[in-house]
Amino acid sequence: MISRYESIIITTLCKLLIPVIQLYGLYVIMHGHSSPGGGFQGGVILGASFILLVISHGLDEVKKRMSEKLNTIFCSFGLLIYAGLGVLALIFGGNYLDYGHLPIPVTIAEARYLGILGIEIGVGITVMAVMISIFLDISSVGEQE
Amino acid sequence: MSHSPILIIIIPLISSFFVPLIGWRKKNLCYPLVVLALFISSILSLYIMGSVITHGSIYYRLGGWEPPWGIEYRIDYLNGFMAVIVSFISFLVAIYSRRSGEQELPDRIVHFYCIFLLLVTGLLGMVVTGDMFNLYVFLEIASLAAYALIAIGEDGALMGSFNYLIMGTIGACFYLLGVGYLYIVTGSLNMNDLSQILPGLYHSRVVRTAFALFIVGLALKMGLFPLHTWLPDAYTHAPSAVSALLASVMSKVSVYIMIRIMFTVFNPYFSIELIPITTMLSWTAGIAILFGEIMAIVQPDLKRMLAYSSVAQIGYIVLGIGLANTMGLTGSLLHVLNHALTKGCLFLGAGAITYRRGTRDIRQLGYLHVEMPFTMAAFTIAALSMIGIPPTCGFFSKYYLILGAIDARQWIWVIILLLSSLLNAIFFFRVIENAYFKPLGVIHESSYDRGEQEEANEVPLGMLIPILALAAAIILTGIFSGKIISTIIQFAIPEGI
Repeated sequence: MISRYESIIITTLCKLLIPVIQLYGLYVIMHGHSSPGGGFQGGVILGASFILLVISHGLDEVKKRMSEKLNTIFCSFGLLIYAGLGVLALIFGGNYLDYGHLPIPVTIAEARYLGILGIEIGVGITVMAVMISIFLDISSVGEQE
Repeated sequence: MSHSPILIIIIPLISSFFVPLIGWRKKNLCYPLVVLALFISSILSLYIMGSVITHGSIYYRLGGWEPPWGIEYRIDYLNGFMAVIVSFISFLVAIYSRRSGEQELPDRIVHFYCIFLLLVTGLLGMVVTGDMFNLYVFLEIASLAAYALIAIGEDGALMGSFNYLIMGTIGACFYLLGVGYLYIVTGSLNMNDLSQILPGLYHSRVVRTAFALFIVGLALKMGLFPLHTWLPDAYTHAPSAVSALLASVMSKVSVYIMIRIMFTVFNPYFSIELIPITTMLSWTAGIAILFGEIMAIVQPDLKRMLAYSSVAQIGYIVLGIGLANTMGLTGSLLHVLNHALTKGCLFLGAGAITYRRGTRDIRQLGYLHVEMPFTMAAFTIAALSMIGIPPTCGFFSKYYLILGAIDARQWIWVIILLLSSLLNAIFFFRVIENAYFKPLGVIHESSYDRGEQEEANEVPLGMLIPILALAAAIILTGIFSGKIISTIIQFAIPEGI
């Protein structure tokens, strides 16, 4: 069990840094499909911000913001976005993962662009949740439910 | 229904994401979801096999991209046949897993089902894909799921799983290196495309190195003799449903990939004439058969005995590939089906015995024919099939393998195959003798009341039905093996053999 680190320098600095790190993580996710970056990298950055929060503010603080239940839901939800977009394309007459057939009122090229953005978001959410859950499992030696 | 090649994969995949969500609220709902998903997959695999038989190969372009740039799923007789085996065995194992899971891993059943579905997804994906790298991705999904599934078993499972993790990762790395080498020289990952580009490059060392890497990597994954060291521990300590699935299906999928790479991606001329790989494979397979069976004879633990027998059975299948003639490969492919059914039945039976008795020691199985008559009957049928007694299916695959060895004029394999039947008989009759002919008094230190043993104490119906279904399938496949060969297997054998 990791408790709050008793140093005002560290807690204050982390309080300042974490929102910036998360914003940067979102930036990396949103730019994955058209420039360097992507769901995996962005998800790792987002996950790292939570891990920093555990180290500086303790496990309880994180549990208040991101319970394990919510984390498990995020794990599955991100993957469901990915697979669900593929199925949506399949339902609307394309092949699996053929984003050109997604039911959005734009050109085919733009639909593909948005489809890939969608799966990057899904990947980002799952990677973040899995990073957090691996860290919580290791830090609590698997005792948390 | 033109989407069936992808639906067969994404139905278990998406269900596996739903399992933890549902499991959080209601644990009981996980099981019906798993069974339903695998049932749909099985039906789809049958539909695919049917349409391959009537209309020929099926192609599916993932994301609508044209091959060789996009990922193409390509199903012909060979992988249609494999998909049916994989989906049906996993469906039966899923039915079985409910009661055995309740006993073996009561608090981790949700995780178990989630990973179980991912394992099946990976196996089905490996089978249907026509893209080398996509195959690697599915190989990793299946392998990671398998490591986790073994690790949640009993004491000792962690070490077994860790060994498998190390060896399996090396195997997967070798495969990936092979894919990388081929990609360097050809610039393509599509199997069909590769098979057209490669013949011009057969004298390139890069291509030959890639081929060697594929064979070693896959031999590691399937547990071929000198590389089998991870296998006994992993199969022994895994939960019984998992052992059954790994032994009957996962090793067969590696065999399928080996056949695919040797005879589709590379052509038979390369694999048979240019490189002495078939000779090496048959010799290692021959040693695997004898080694596995001699080791099986000395094991006191029922599941460990079956695990060593699996090492030997992989030897049979690879021997058929090594013979590389029509009869040998027919025997090999038939044995893929037969061993999947038989080993599945044996491991499920062993799990059922453990479920009631709490021990896997062969010497303590006395009086089982009264306590569990149906399980033991099914177990005996499967054991007879292993030994190779007609009309069980094991007889026919051995028969074709021996015909293949005679065709190739390699008499040593005929001797080894016949000798191995005797060895099989020795260790399976040990089990049968203990279960049927040992009197009640031989059971030492059994804590339960002797009066109760007079009556049957069968395992729950959910566990019994898959075992009996597999036993029935063993006999039916034996009787209809000619039909199976003439409608499916003879077309599944690659051209040019």
